[in-house]
Amino acid sequence: MTRLLDIRGLHVSLPEGAQRPYAVENADFHLDQNEILCVVGESGSGKSLTARAVMGLLPRPHVRVANGQIVFHSEDLATASEPRMREIRGSEISMIFQEPMTALNPVMTIGVQIDEVFRFHEKMSSKERRERALSLLSDVRLPDPEQALKAYPHELSGGQRQRAMIAMALALDPKILIADEPTTALDVTTQAQVLKLIKEMQEAHGTGVLFITHDFGVVADIADRVAVMQNGLVVESGTTDEVLRQPTHPYTQSLIAAVPSLAPRPPRTRSSEVVLEVKHLEKTYRSGGGYFGGKERVVHAARDVTFDLARGETLGIVGESGSGKSTVARCIVRLNDAEAGEILLDGVDLRPLGRAAMRPHRPKIQMVFQDPFASLNPRARVGRIIAQGPILAGANAVTAKKRALELLETVGLDAGAYDRFPHEFSGGQRQRIGVARALALDPEVLVADEPVSALDVSIQAQILQLLDEIRDQMNLSMVFITHDLRVAAQVCDRIAVMRRGEVVEIGPTGMLFEAPRHEYTRELLSAVPGRDWFAAPVEKLAAVSS
Amino acid sequence: MHSFWKRFARNRQALFGLAILGCILIMAATAHLFFPTDPFSLAGQSMSPPGQNGFLLGSDSLGRDVAAGIAHGAKTSLLIGLVATLVAVLIGVIMGALAGYYGGIVDDLLMRTTEMFQTIPSFVFAILLVAIMKPSIESIVIAIAVVSWPAVARLVRGEFLSLRNREFVQACHTIGMSDVRIMLGEILPNCLSPIIVIGSLMVATAILIESGLAFLGLGDPNIMSWGFQVGAGRTLLRSAWWVCTFPGIAILLTVLAINLVGEGLNDALNPRLRERS
Amino acid sequence: MSHSARRLRYVLKRLIQALPIVLAIVIMNFFLLQMAEGDAVDVLAGEAGSATPEYMAELRAKFGLDQPLPVQLAVYLKNVLTFDLGYSFRHEMPVSQLILDRMIPTMLLMVSTIMLAVGFGVLLGLIAATGLNTWRDTAISIFALITYATPLFWVGLMLIVVFSLNLGWFPTSGMENLTMFYEGWDRVIDIAHHLVLPTITLSLFYLALYTRLMRASMLEQYGQDYVTTARAKGVTERRIIFVHVLRNALLPVVTMAGVQVGALIGGSVIVESVFAWPGLGMLAFEALFARDLNLLLGIFLLSALLVVAVNLVVDIIYSSLDPRIEVG
Repeated sequence: MTRLLDIRGLHVSLPEGAQRPYAVENADFHLDQNEILCVVGESGSGKSLTARAVMGLLPRPHVRVANGQIVFHSEDLATASEPRMREIRGSEISMIFQEPMTALNPVMTIGVQIDEVFRFHEKMSSKERRERALSLLSDVRLPDPEQALKAYPHELSGGQRQRAMIAMALALDPKILIADEPTTALDVTTQAQVLKLIKEMQEAHGTGVLFITHDFGVVADIADRVAVMQNGLVVESGTTDEVLRQPTHPYTQSLIAAVPSLAPRPPRTRSSEVVLEVKHLEKTYRSGGGYFGGKERVVHAARDVTFDLARGETLGIVGESGSGKSTVARCIVRLNDAEAGEILLDGVDLRPLGRAAMRPHRPKIQMVFQDPFASLNPRARVGRIIAQGPILAGANAVTAKKRALELLETVGLDAGAYDRFPHEFSGGQRQRIGVARALALDPEVLVADEPVSALDVSIQAQILQLLDEIRDQMNLSMVFITHDLRVAAQVCDRIAVMRRGEVVEIGPTGMLFEAPRHEYTRELLSAVPGRDWFAAPVEKLAAVSS
Repeated sequence: MHSFWKRFARNRQALFGLAILGCILIMAATAHLFFPTDPFSLAGQSMSPPGQNGFLLGSDSLGRDVAAGIAHGAKTSLLIGLVATLVAVLIGVIMGALAGYYGGIVDDLLMRTTEMFQTIPSFVFAILLVAIMKPSIESIVIAIAVVSWPAVARLVRGEFLSLRNREFVQACHTIGMSDVRIMLGEILPNCLSPIIVIGSLMVATAILIESGLAFLGLGDPNIMSWGFQVGAGRTLLRSAWWVCTFPGIAILLTVLAINLVGEGLNDALNPRLRERS
Repeated sequence: MSHSARRLRYVLKRLIQALPIVLAIVIMNFFLLQMAEGDAVDVLAGEAGSATPEYMAELRAKFGLDQPLPVQLAVYLKNVLTFDLGYSFRHEMPVSQLILDRMIPTMLLMVSTIMLAVGFGVLLGLIAATGLNTWRDTAISIFALITYATPLFWVGLMLIVVFSLNLGWFPTSGMENLTMFYEGWDRVIDIAHHLVLPTITLSLFYLALYTRLMRASMLEQYGQDYVTTARAKGVTERRIIFVHVLRNALLPVVTMAGVQVGALIGGSVIVESVFAWPGLGMLAFEALFARDLNLLLGIFLLSALLVVAVNLVVDIIYSSLDPRIEVG
């Protein structure tokens, strides 16, 4: 086995005034031919900058390699000249990125952008280059290579764009492919396809792949070896089997323990009291068209959506982007207006209510949002954010403050948070504030729209646990929107699977996971990365809470 | 506030601008002390070059003191610039907020109106308005405000459009907050920075428009202004260059100072990615 | 549908969208005319010295000024449609005729200004952005900052003082030397000679604007992800700047060039009056002095229509530069 890359004692320095002096500190690892090495870590671990250091693409002069070697074919890339690096980049080492939409030039066709790789590294006639590009595009299985060559990035779907990026990266059959979270922006079924493609291409060409990810599921699916990073340090490395089955470093252990299991939670008895009933909900979005007879696009975000929610129950709504799951959530809390159907909360149909008529019902149904950075007013103090709901509902300022302080304690924050601004808190803490705000009105139903998808996996587990606790404590009923079947398995009593605005299947979590009836559910389940790897749920929760 | 001043003071250009602006403000405030007589009145020998016959910056063909005109003109420029901008910002914020917040037909209607006002050549429109209303301080302020508000409206609309879909605003809807309260209490405070910045830059533009109008003879005939001085001196270009030159420099310095301060405010108020770090 | 057919439909669509704006401008023009003190008859009567009230009423009836407002508006709209913008009693000519006569010099000034301002603005912005924080960048930024703050009329006068009165390189005013009766190329050169100072004067402010915009736009695009991708492909910095970044950075400049045409017309009123350039701006200045509101409104209407037309052209250019704009 040939060693492709040997990283020894790598230090990447951050500008003065940053949180720590080195983004990457004393990193040691290597990459061999024909293997996939996953570098795993949470945000801020330094994994992306390690990848960029190898490419010589650090945002200089502020961030640079301060010390150490990056040996590629007995050449130290850390000290290589810029012209030499330019020769290497794209031909010997190439890279794909997380967000293919912004990583491609919006005003140049895919064809021109692939062509550049050839033009800058090889002497070929334009006809030859075109043929190579076409064969590359068919290698990555883009449906119509001729068309794709002429297409602009915005004319392709997310998965297709990433395929085009892969084609571009593999154009000159590089020895090393660096993949920086290449599937994070993709839906789970697309992710599975792209991962499969990367694996196939790697095997066919014997490429060494340096794969950066935060997702242990992805690691389990594609890695041969793993390096785990925390705060700039490589804390553990080894074969995938070793690291996943017998992690030695406590950080690795806690990360792996925090990955939610796909094995569903033990079933609970369902209350016979129905709190919320949604019947035949319809919502369509229209765009384009108008006065000039252009083509009008109609998107059915909700088509005949029907489900009910028992007291104390958590119902998951699972689907990929564009499935309409968030629209349904927003229709239920009346942020969006559904065109038809019924939303019965305690027997009252909320759907036709006007703003004023809706106001008395608002406290009963509250929402927790996805993005902890966007969901809190940056100009308002935490106390005001939590207390203004009760005050609007008629509580006096003193009671509202008392309640807000209680809630801060409930969600695990200290009373000092009351007078501070949102930007003083971490993502997880902000999400706790968001939960406290939703609870301030003593709701019966809590609608949580992807409440953990913007958080690191260790924080995810904490928030999920918090939601579980408050549900039991306050006898809440919850509608839980997520794209992540692992998360759904852990928190939901029942799950509704949505695709293109329709609920294709609904049932108790255990039954849905063991015997999915709809083909799409099966597809979703089989696309979950690392599905066969992670152990039973009971041990997991114990590990997290310890 | 303290950290804001620290960020602002780090920008040397902005401090320089602030210093010039301070001098001009002092000049405007003390004009009546140093030049107590009417700046239109005959003050001595006509056509005196700078430094002669007791004229610091010379006199024009009617013996009017150029320096006195500049000192009194500072008041006019700053006053008109400030008031016109305030009116324009007020109109722009209301229009932009309503359009951005409500969207749909309200947005269509208000934005078509804005678009029309933006299409019209603004300076020609201002000339026309002042000509129709007869030149006076009020008509000049109105004309400048009428041609300036669309820029504010577009900016505010954009901010409201993006902020109204932010989750914190959605959260206000779920607790049943009224529209007015959401607009004024939640969204507006979050777009104050760009409004302050565009407002400060608009003061500079307003001063330029005012001087242009005055230059064309559309200034308030009873009030001294820099544009009027340059316009009155243009026939003396061959014989008395100073009459045109010094008021022009006054305009240049004022506008430059305000632009520098405006950019300093921009850097201090909108540091990139401050939100996430 | 073929691409050219789609483009044609896009142009048509934009044309139809421009119609309400044109209509709104015409209607506003009518009401401005109403707002103005006195009507054409007052002006005529003033010209004639004295007129009996009976005679004035007769005249009003003749011009339709005694009709109710909506009727007058309808008549006005019909007149505008047939390009009848009324009569200038000062010049004793139809307004439309006057305006047409003065169109060419203004267009000449505007086109040369736009070319100079956009061309040099893009160039200077590019130089400043590629040499970020070097002396080139500092010098260009300071130049832009100062010209951005300078009143047009003052620049014009100062240029006359320096280049015409002291150095004698360029004429102080006018569009051509009428006493020489130049023909052919001599006339072209003579006009170009007269054009230099007005063009520079009018360009400076916009030059500063485009320089600043181009610099900021280049810097913004330079930080985008696709630049990193291009580097990861081993593309040279030269190509990254001139092919990848430049095209994206030009987009806001093109938009701004369209937006600024209106302002440019305003600026030409000042510049033309400083240099006695016999265009629409000069005409507006004369009309202002003579209180010939009819003429002023005609110029205003025409310049607004010109802006609408230019914006249309800019939109079409933009749609061919940015593939993300939907032409369909």
